[in-house]
Amino acid sequence: MAGGDGLLGKLKSKFGDQIVGANLEAIDPWIEISPDALVEVGRFVRDDASLKLEMLNCITAVDWLEVDPKKAAKAGFEPHLEMVYHLSSISKRHTLVLKFKLPRWKDGVEGEAPECPSVSSIWSTADWHERETYDLSGVIFTGHPNLRRILCPEDWVGYPLRKDYQMPLEYHGIRGR
Amino acid sequence: MATQIDDQRIIEFDVRTDEMLVNMGPQHPSTHGVLRLVLRTDGEIVSEVTPHLGYLHRCAEKIGENLTPRQWIPYTDRMDYLAGMNMNLGWALCVEKLLQHDLSEKAKHLRVIICEMGRIASHLVGMGAYGLDLGTFSPFLYAFRERERILDLFEEVCGARLTYSYITPGGATADLPKGWLQKCEQFLDQFEPIIAEYHALLTTNAIFIKRTCDIGVLSPEMAIDFGCTGPVLRGSGVDYDLRRDGEERYTEMYDGYAFEVICQKDGHYPKDHQYPAVPNDAVLGDCWHRFYVRMLEVIQSMDLVRQAMDRYSVASGDWGVPIKLATKLPAGDVYLETEAPRGQMGFYLVSNGGNIPWRVRARSSSFCNLSVCPEICKGVPIADIPAIVGSLDIVMGEIDR
Repeated sequence: MAGGDGLLGKLKSKFGDQIVGANLEAIDPWIEISPDALVEVGRFVRDDASLKLEMLNCITAVDWLEVDPKKAAKAGFEPHLEMVYHLSSISKRHTLVLKFKLPRWKDGVEGEAPECPSVSSIWSTADWHERETYDLSGVIFTGHPNLRRILCPEDWVGYPLRKDYQMPLEYHGIRGR
Repeated sequence: MATQIDDQRIIEFDVRTDEMLVNMGPQHPSTHGVLRLVLRTDGEIVSEVTPHLGYLHRCAEKIGENLTPRQWIPYTDRMDYLAGMNMNLGWALCVEKLLQHDLSEKAKHLRVIICEMGRIASHLVGMGAYGLDLGTFSPFLYAFRERERILDLFEEVCGARLTYSYITPGGATADLPKGWLQKCEQFLDQFEPIIAEYHALLTTNAIFIKRTCDIGVLSPEMAIDFGCTGPVLRGSGVDYDLRRDGEERYTEMYDGYAFEVICQKDGHYPKDHQYPAVPNDAVLGDCWHRFYVRMLEVIQSMDLVRQAMDRYSVASGDWGVPIKLATKLPAGDVYLETEAPRGQMGFYLVSNGGNIPWRVRARSSSFCNLSVCPEICKGVPIADIPAIVGSLDIVMGEIDR
């Protein structure tokens, strides 16, 4: 991981409570932050001379929802969305994983996508990656310059990578299921 | 308003005309897949390019949530369908990383042989199709003549010519057939002198140089900012190749191999072979350099295949037995990137302990490479758009997944 074990302490001293947790024992060690701190943490890890994480490799949203009610009780997690950011540095040759949790729906209203700050002003890669995450997983990135669907048609309804997604019955006369 | 452009050769410089929206596509100008570009033009000058994607979207990630890792291998073939072997490898390594499954020496060398051959085959299409983009048909035929022979070799290995599903988590589906190495060696010996023909057809061709030099210049900072990888990044002079700088699980395949990252360092390219000279008009990061890096990588891959064949024939162990479908994936998540022909192909796997992944994600190299196109296509004549987009060497199957 970037910066070794010292990185977590460094981030904690700088951002305090905004660093929520970490797992340094995992195969890919990760640090959990608060969603509100994403932009500041992002700018810091990109510009800090010892980190220089100038490349954003991937943005992923993972939908943690057990749709089977029988299994849901034993699933071991509350329904939520998990955002995962994979960063790497070309000059320093190291990587970093940032994670945080989002509610599945904004204010618990089904169909209202949750909000997350956009990092497209820090890494331009995020522009398309956030559009894809919005399109398929249903996360609204506040501050994104052009948040439109990218892979699905613009009039598509729903977010296909949600676990409770139902394929529409028909789309412009094409049978869906 | 006319777009400001410094190039005095463009005579329409201050001819004011109405702005026009021009559709390029949805069928692609050549064979990269289905891409639609909406150009805002003023006369011949393009002021804005908006790519529209998704024509080949097949929900590969959603499908991956319903299949075991081995069953998803055929879907990775269909992402970058020109380099199926390299896609298989990326996913296989990612699954092995989660399982902490280590391979024998022999299996690793086998993978190097296969993947570097895949890289040659893929760059050959990249080269031929780029000729098509620029309006010359013959390089395409030359490239496919050689590519066919690689596909014949692959067919002998796994039975398929395009969607191989050969490299799987745990190793490969079979060992190389008897006598295959000799055929491969034979092919490389015949192929090596032919590369000079390609250079004569394109790399050093005066018209080709005019069409590509100083066009679509991508600065190293912008390339990194947009997440461009592979030959697009190295064409801008960034010394970065995952085969050397990647994760240990991937770089250990190339442990002890002699190879130099192909990019312009201190004003020159590696000198391990006789390469054609860089033309005076070429600017680092332009279309010509991206193309040149690909051509040099073909020669480098040939070296790597030769080294791998020597090691493979004396290596111990077996070719690796594919993991069982019922193999439980430990709870957790792993991310792994490999150097596919078009750039860094990443796979992300999240498991909750079952034998089917909870979530899979494919980070596509072409997706990021294409995202820079609106930036570098600003203020160029329409005729340069295919030259620039072609030089990014995208495959839409991988972008749309």
